[in-house]
Amino acid sequence: MQELELGAEIVEEAGWDLPTRERGLWSDAFRALRRNRLALAALVILLVLAALAISTDFTHLISRYSPYDQVYAHVQEGPSWAHFFGTDNLGRDNWARVLTGIEISLQIGIGTQIIVLFLGLLVGVTAALGGRTSDNILMRITDITYAFPDLLFIILLRSVLYGRDWPVLGEPRLQVMLAIAMVNWVTIARLVRGQMLSLAERDYVMAARTLGASNWRIATQHMLPNTLGPVIVAFAFGIPVAIFAEAALGFLGLGLPPPTASLGRLVSDGYVYIQVNPWIVAFPAGAIALLMLSFTFLGDGLRDALDPRQR
Amino acid sequence: MTSYIIRRILQLIPVLWAVATITFILMHMVPGGPFTQDKALPANIVAALNRRYNLDEPLWKQYLLYLWNLLHGDLGLSFRGDRDVSQLIRDGFFVTAQLGVLAFIVAAVVGLGLGIFSALNQNGVLDYVGVFFATVGAALPNFVMASFLIIIFAVKLGWFQVLGWGGPIQFSQALDPSAWEWKKMVLPVIAVSTLPAAYIARVTRASMLEVLNQDYMRTARAKGLANLTVIGRHGLKNALIPVLTVMGPIAAVLVTGSFIIETVFAIPGVGRAFVDAVARRDYAMIMGSTLFYAVIVAVANLVVDVLYAAVDPRIRYGR
Repeated sequence: MQELELGAEIVEEAGWDLPTRERGLWSDAFRALRRNRLALAALVILLVLAALAISTDFTHLISRYSPYDQVYAHVQEGPSWAHFFGTDNLGRDNWARVLTGIEISLQIGIGTQIIVLFLGLLVGVTAALGGRTSDNILMRITDITYAFPDLLFIILLRSVLYGRDWPVLGEPRLQVMLAIAMVNWVTIARLVRGQMLSLAERDYVMAARTLGASNWRIATQHMLPNTLGPVIVAFAFGIPVAIFAEAALGFLGLGLPPPTASLGRLVSDGYVYIQVNPWIVAFPAGAIALLMLSFTFLGDGLRDALDPRQR
Repeated sequence: MTSYIIRRILQLIPVLWAVATITFILMHMVPGGPFTQDKALPANIVAALNRRYNLDEPLWKQYLLYLWNLLHGDLGLSFRGDRDVSQLIRDGFFVTAQLGVLAFIVAAVVGLGLGIFSALNQNGVLDYVGVFFATVGAALPNFVMASFLIIIFAVKLGWFQVLGWGGPIQFSQALDPSAWEWKKMVLPVIAVSTLPAAYIARVTRASMLEVLNQDYMRTARAKGLANLTVIGRHGLKNALIPVLTVMGPIAAVLVTGSFIIETVFAIPGVGRAFVDAVARRDYAMIMGSTLFYAVIVAVANLVVDVLYAAVDPRIRYGR
């Protein structure tokens, strides 16, 4: 004890900076993320977009117009101070419509991933710990899902749910999220399964088992937290995939029913007037691009920060 | 190797059966029937139509009948124009394949080129341009890309045309030069090829960088070989092996691209036919095109795995 304090004094005199607090995985990851300027910029852009988009629910201060009010005196206008992004063929304000679209994209991108995370963790953990039969079943399901081109399966699932007025499931946003999640959960399930299987061989799991910990405790307290890094990365990378799928559905007319202004639908509606007013297509298309790029860069940053294999 | 290929093809059968079954169940769960219209048809006509397409049978019987016909290579009749589904898919695939092959060539040339130059100029200006393109290209949805291409090159500059497909629609026109209008082909091909090009560039750069640091590269240089020979013979040849692995997923990307891009540009291919078929609940066409796409993706993956073993002698399949 005496020696240790003496050591600290020497260090202090020499002017060295000693790490005062313990640095765990999370604070390390946060530091790494903060150093990645591109990821940080993406995070800021996303937060700003989210704030702008969410503000439309409470106030017209930023959106200025309702996304659904039709003003026939001003149709097919280009960008101006009165209408930042111009107006569409029915005189609706494109700035307000794009903001609504961004909100929908964010909701569906994140909402889908929450369903995906739930399904993926459930199936992945069951497959890894549930023995051979459940493992085999999962792997067969994965094979089949990989054999379907993603978008084709999503289009079919979405068509099954389209226009149903079931309780809870009648909500179109939830229907779209489910259609996309039913295809995308496979990635996380496989990832979790692989991680759990390799973790099961680690010494600390063996140690916990020797100390008499129950299977449930080992799985939830010792193994699951150690899979979190890669799972968070997969969660982040899944968001742009879901946003793309939603935009593609909207583009094909299978997304949220009109007049909801989802970005994909705005692009496809705009195509009719692209000769007259290309802005109608350019702004929502640009918004999709910005969202997807930002989430991809954020995902890259998270991967560098959380995935030790990449260091 | 032959036994490996045969085993893989045999493994494909249960997967295709599962795909067929799931698609069958899902499409019959889609609300409404193929003859549901805004203006209802007279009951006797609907009954006659249902009889013609076996829709008056119970579902399990329709399902078994479909599988039975499928085993005999019969994909059934489309409700639209009463045409053979296999004929419709063949016609559509003739167009989709042109788009896919052209896009694949562009993606391979651009992707490999960018990847190699990026790696050779690591951390140089060209490298940053290449990495930027690869990152942005991989994140941009193809219809967003298509939108900007159309606005800039078709609407504003008027260089290219955008409606319809510029290649021959029927096989018999393939040799007729007047059937080829390259002005209509450029934009869809670029739009579909951006994503795969970005993927290829990314993988090529990474594997090229790894190869450039290998001992045998130093040995080759030490022997006094010309720079081009070192990079071409010793570097590129080894760097291309990992690139091959992404070719399977890229086939799937080209397929997915075809749904949307064919809809954007009004190209009469299989992708657009599938989207239309779902909207009209054209059962036989939905089944046919789904199975067709599943086979294409599976075959692409098989070809990649076989090529992989052919290129890399360290990989051996089978016992």
